[in-house]
Amino acid sequence: MTMTEMGGTTVELDGEGFLVDPHQWNETVAAEIAGANGIPVLTERHWQVVRFMRDAYLANGTAPSIRSLGKESGVPIKELYQLFPKGPAKLAAKVGGIPKPRGCI
Amino acid sequence: MTEMLEMVDEMPAATEAKKTIDKVCIVISKGSLEGIYPGLIMANGARMEGMEADVFFTFFGLDAIRKDRSGSIKVATVGNPGMHMPTWLGAVPGMSAIATRMMKRQMEKLDIPPIPEFIEMISDSGGGLYACQATVDMFGLTKDSFVPQVDDVITVGEFYEKAAGGQIIFT
Repeated sequence: MTMTEMGGTTVELDGEGFLVDPHQWNETVAAEIAGANGIPVLTERHWQVVRFMRDAYLANGTAPSIRSLGKESGVPIKELYQLFPKGPAKLAAKVGGIPKPRGCI
Repeated sequence: MTEMLEMVDEMPAATEAKKTIDKVCIVISKGSLEGIYPGLIMANGARMEGMEADVFFTFFGLDAIRKDRSGSIKVATVGNPGMHMPTWLGAVPGMSAIATRMMKRQMEKLDIPPIPEFIEMISDSGGGLYACQATVDMFGLTKDSFVPQVDDVITVGEFYEKAAGGQIIFT
């Protein structure tokens, strides 16, 4: 765990760069995490996915699977991988300030 | 020897680059539900981690991508010690259908897609899907026998070319 300055506050990151406390998240933090993970600009489509992931996690306590992400976020799987080439579910969770999804699907 | 040990000692753990797998090539050779799913889950999982993934279907594994069979893959209830069921019971007509229905219901709960949807998902996520040339010839099939997501029918040599630099997983 490391403490880092981000988006004007100090946030705590785990070993893989995920926020430890989802409540330390804000949009500037999201943009900084995205930049550090190969996404220089968060487009409206990125935000749609990130918000869907974050809202689902805050509502259910677990992040959605890639299958429901593709079906319910409004962004189909093909586009998800264009937006987040290094893994949509993992990266959107990271940018959204929620823990790494643990599902196999 | 002592020198080597010293070198290992000097390597600071913190700067050691974490080892990663960048590419996997998964062979699916069996045509039962339990023979097909593990390979699909591993291929999809690889793409989810940002790794390259190709799937090579061979022998009865081809059933997973055959237009006429992809939607009707069954659990093997005979000759499958994992079922913990006497062989005669596994052979009772309808037993395989019941076991398949039960397993599918359980998988749907876990958000694991049916095989045709899973194949489409892997293709949409950028994973490659290939049919084995030798088996295609043996069974008298053509590229047209397969679902449209299948990229190509390739030889074992071409498979190894594609696999270059990656890990090969046989299931």
